[in-house]
Amino acid sequence: MADRVGRSLRLTNWWVWVLPAAFLGYLFLYPVFRMLGYSLEAGAFGELTRPRVLSSTWFTIWQALVSTVLTLVAAVPLTWVLSRFNFVGKSLVRALVTIPFVLPTVVVGAAFLGLMPRGVGAILAAHVFFNIAVVVRTVGGVWSRIDRKLEDAARVLGASPLRAAWSVTFPLLCPALFSAAAIVFLFCFASFGTVLILGGGRLRTIEVEIYQQAVNFGDLPVAAALAVLQLVFVVIALWVSSRWQRHTNIDFTAETALPKPQGRQGAVVALIVSLSLGLLSLPIWALIRASFGGWSFSAPGQSLDPLRAVGNSLLYSCIATVIATVIGVLAARAIAASRSRTSSLFDTGLMLPLGTSAVTVGFGFLLALDWPVDLRGTSALVPLAHALLATPFVVRAALPLLRSIRPQLREAAAVLGASPARVWREIDFPIVARAVMVGAGLAAVVSLGEFGATSFVVRPSSVTVPTLIFRLLGRPGTASYAQAMALAVVLAAMTAVIVLVIDRLRGEQAGTF
Amino acid sequence: MRRFAVLVVILFSGLACADQPAEPVTLTLMGHDSFADAVDETTFAAFTSATGISVEVLAAGDAGAMVNQAILTKDNPLADVLFGIDDTFLQRGLDEDIFESFVSERLADIRPELLPATDFVTPVDFGDVCLNYDKEALTTPPATLDELPEFADQLVVEDPSLSSPGLAFLLVTIERYGEEGWQDYWRELRDNGVLVAAGWTEAYYGEFSGGAGEGTRPLVVSYASSPPVEVLFSDPPVTEAPTGVITDGCYRQTEFAGILAGTDHPEEAGTLIDFMLSPEFQATIPLTWFVYPANSTVELPEVFVEHSTVPDNAITVDPEIIEENRERWLTEWADLFA
Repeated sequence: MADRVGRSLRLTNWWVWVLPAAFLGYLFLYPVFRMLGYSLEAGAFGELTRPRVLSSTWFTIWQALVSTVLTLVAAVPLTWVLSRFNFVGKSLVRALVTIPFVLPTVVVGAAFLGLMPRGVGAILAAHVFFNIAVVVRTVGGVWSRIDRKLEDAARVLGASPLRAAWSVTFPLLCPALFSAAAIVFLFCFASFGTVLILGGGRLRTIEVEIYQQAVNFGDLPVAAALAVLQLVFVVIALWVSSRWQRHTNIDFTAETALPKPQGRQGAVVALIVSLSLGLLSLPIWALIRASFGGWSFSAPGQSLDPLRAVGNSLLYSCIATVIATVIGVLAARAIAASRSRTSSLFDTGLMLPLGTSAVTVGFGFLLALDWPVDLRGTSALVPLAHALLATPFVVRAALPLLRSIRPQLREAAAVLGASPARVWREIDFPIVARAVMVGAGLAAVVSLGEFGATSFVVRPSSVTVPTLIFRLLGRPGTASYAQAMALAVVLAAMTAVIVLVIDRLRGEQAGTF
Repeated sequence: MRRFAVLVVILFSGLACADQPAEPVTLTLMGHDSFADAVDETTFAAFTSATGISVEVLAAGDAGAMVNQAILTKDNPLADVLFGIDDTFLQRGLDEDIFESFVSERLADIRPELLPATDFVTPVDFGDVCLNYDKEALTTPPATLDELPEFADQLVVEDPSLSSPGLAFLLVTIERYGEEGWQDYWRELRDNGVLVAAGWTEAYYGEFSGGAGEGTRPLVVSYASSPPVEVLFSDPPVTEAPTGVITDGCYRQTEFAGILAGTDHPEEAGTLIDFMLSPEFQATIPLTWFVYPANSTVELPEVFVEHSTVPDNAITVDPEIIEENRERWLTEWADLFA
């Protein structure tokens, strides 16, 4: 009996680890190590002190820091409104806020070009535009679960609203804010398409530098050394992020019904919502305007069929979502079950693909994945690559809830004779089911918008919407440009639908982004 | 896990062996996006019906990305033939031994000035990167590169580190003014207000005032074939091109095809390259890809003869010299515009 209980509680059954570890190992670690092994020659690291590389590194760091601060400043008022009040059209607002996050960077770059000249300002604005959703979702999830009574108590004791926010709410939010900041920092740090288009070649992030060294100069050793440098920064950011994430793990209240904004509050809420939406929708309006005349779905070339691209994108998104959900849930279980160092390392490992240069991953695929079966020429590689990048989102969504389940619940079930599978089915699953659905939805959206890694493995028969948009943008003719913009609008619409569905499922339940 | 992998390998190799005798050969032709985009079912139809060999085109990004993919996969190539490597990337491909040598039976028909100093690749087409001007806005355009700085505030060029015509134009200035002079030339352009766009599309459609351009600058770095394209796509039809070519300071880009080393079908691959040099295929080049056929026996379409000129003094730079200096030149150029 005691033995059986023990077995039921050992969630770290080896098979929970095997599948996610094999997945990460084969699709990420093996290709990346092959790529690094291929190109790391003695002396390449010395090249990192070249003035050109130093200036790229410095620009990468400071623009990522400034972008992160600006994003937080821009997002906090909106987050407050969305997590503290209930109003008509709230889920629509939340969907609109999320759209930018999944728009392909090439499209956003093009949209911003229509609004402002190239340069630092445009890059920072685009980064804020992209990442507001990260803050709204990550911080909002925590904020809506902070007991209002805490603030009310402070007010009763004589604190001003500002004082109450500063000494009660802010400390509770801090971990979430830091964790969101780390993610935003990471995305801005590894920013590629946006900087390539809006930087005009003179402002370069390390990621752009890797691309130019590898593709334009053919200097793979230097590109690989830069990729290692970037990975170091990414690991640091992830480490900081995951440390803070664990601190969020305090007991929060269950959801309480949110009030409608009253009186003056109503005006403030309306102002914040309309201002945020107004600014966020400017680039989207620019897109829609540029799409006029492009709403023809005829194919300008054999490998440029918009209908096929939409079909492919939907299909790959479904496959990638299923894979990412299975892998992600298994991985989250494995990570949640143990507090060991291995488990947090595994957690970080799963996040790594998000911060790794697309060139490294893409070239790594080409170098490594001809064994045991030659995947390089097949369309299977596209959904696999998407699943790799989508899995962390499922893990992020499921992990906090799995961690919050009190061990006593599982123990009680096990003592009463439930098998491990039964414990999972009866205890864990009902609690995480909705969060997993949220993660799955995000996975679908990530797959729809993925561009960087896809562009290296896509074949004419497997063209996706973002890769087709990029191809159309590179073709001469205003018709192609308009068609690219029309496809971007289609992509934004597909995203909005998925996000609206997620919000339905999610109710007010929170996952970490 | 390993046992499973071994099983998979055995299974698949068994399938592959069983299939081989009956299956007709399909060649994979790796090309850059702008080549692949214009391929349709008619492009290689004549080749397939004559030889029974089908052709599958693999679009591999821009020329630089394509060459890198070919280099990374050279132990187990993704394709049988690579097409579209130009003189700015040729040396990199040669240094990495990605090609198998091949001497086409049609070599005698090829313009001799295009032939490289190696038999690993064969020229298929060429295009000239030239300054274009808006005939309406600029009645007396600069005749030579030397006069260009006076017109700098009316000129838009492409960033050489992002765009292939941009790099071509940089090479022209380096070839013309030498290591000592080219930076001064660009300083003058910069100080007089030259505009740098990210790519050709942005420069031509966004900033250029002539033809389909919607911008305000009457001078742009584009192609010798741009004016005939303006005529072809003009709506309503026009009889005269709205833009003209300045024939001084043009850069000749030659595009080559080569058999990828390690292919299972070297003979069929050679047949495909021969076909791409045949008058039949070469005649379709100008109106499909808007570049010029390498085969000198092929006549150009009327619209090309009437509205453009093939500059006879176009500049070329030795691929080896480009490979050696490209990064330094691009970095120095970027420093000028930082």
